[in-house]
Amino acid sequence: MSGFALLLRRDLRIALRRRGDVLNVLVFFVIVASLFPLGVGPEPNQLRAMAPGVVWIGALLAAVVSLPRLFAADFADGTLEQMLASAQPLPVVVLAKIAAHWLLTGLPLAIVAPLIGLQYDLPADALAALMASLLLGTPVLSLLGAAGAALVLGTRGAGALIALLVLPLYVPVLIFGAGAVNAHLIGINPSAYFSLLGALLAVSSLIGPWAACAALRVALD
Amino acid sequence: MLFKFASPQTFFPLAGKMIPWFGALAAVLALAGLYVAFLVAPTDATQGEAYRIIFIHVPAAWMSMFLYLVMAGWAGTGLALNTRLSGMMASAIAPTGAMFTFLALWTGSLWGKPTWGTWWVWDARLTSELILLFLYLGFIALKASIEDPVRADRAGAILALVGAVNVPIIYFSVQWWNTLHQGASVSLTRSPSMAMTMLAGMLLMALAAWTYSIAVILARLRTIIRERERDMEWLREAMA
Repeated sequence: MSGFALLLRRDLRIALRRRGDVLNVLVFFVIVASLFPLGVGPEPNQLRAMAPGVVWIGALLAAVVSLPRLFAADFADGTLEQMLASAQPLPVVVLAKIAAHWLLTGLPLAIVAPLIGLQYDLPADALAALMASLLLGTPVLSLLGAAGAALVLGTRGAGALIALLVLPLYVPVLIFGAGAVNAHLIGINPSAYFSLLGALLAVSSLIGPWAACAALRVALD
Repeated sequence: MLFKFASPQTFFPLAGKMIPWFGALAAVLALAGLYVAFLVAPTDATQGEAYRIIFIHVPAAWMSMFLYLVMAGWAGTGLALNTRLSGMMASAIAPTGAMFTFLALWTGSLWGKPTWGTWWVWDARLTSELILLFLYLGFIALKASIEDPVRADRAGAILALVGAVNVPIIYFSVQWWNTLHQGASVSLTRSPSMAMTMLAGMLLMALAAWTYSIAVILARLRTIIRERERDMEWLREAMA
């Protein structure tokens, strides 16, 4: 079995043994999305207009909340140092961890999102667009987030710091992700948004792992 | 020759000599620029006297974006060549860049009140400037939270480079977001063609902002060198 698959399986197995961590992030996402109607009132038209933005901001926050765990546990018990010293190239390690992070946060989030869309009275085709935009956009959150998670290793107040580092970088994903669903809602062809999300995925899969590797080497120097 | 000044030891006295020159130049340019801005430049036909804030606003906005790229450039140099001074330079630039970003936002808001009627609109330029401020603050916060200065320099450099790649992406995505969500607002570029004296005032103020930045950044750099190299023999001799 290749190193990538081994690492991915290891991360997934650890996560499944500590199921709470994965579920907490998902519950956090649902709670954030449920708070908005309580804050702005139950008017259906307003909620429908807000839904894409609310779901996407919830996804961004859920990603930020889950990111500190990406490297922290392996960093604390020395596993990460062993991985760095092993024959396995570091980018493979990082990519496996990113893939595991997406499978454990981005993917469940995209699956749950249509339920929240229903609460916000989105029509069925907009629900499909919402799910598609999340499936295409959440990997970007994991890729760029990995760089942020690696940068804050061993710093004071990592949780708040990672939000400050990563959220400004998430702005384009938010714009095009929510934009795709909005375009659907007002009857414009959303394919341009999906193309741009795909472009962001391509760019961030170059920058994210590179920056994460460089930051891990700095942290474990 | 160029690399001679790449070490803190040789750059420290050179920076000390450069600071008064650039400081004085900044003062002269700012005085000339303000004179042109307030006494020579004509009143704008559509915006009245309120437009005069652009003499601060536009140079501040230019500097804010330019300094981020310079900062990322120095940070990248430090990361690639392992030069101590580059990381210190990036640290010295960040607060000035953040200050100019804040100044651009503040003056933009002051300019928006009489022209748009509100303190804040989600105009594309204003929004991307706000996100630029967040990028600066993230860089400063990351550096502040890492104890070891060498590690802090490297981590900051990685963040600055990722940010520099993202700045144009953020800028254009905000631009598209803005045009799709609301009609284009009044923008500087659409205002009637600028009088020559207005342009001259703006260029003078931009040069003043440049020279001011150089003077302040060098002064801050000298402080950082003093802090980090406090145990070095050469510094004790230079300070004696």
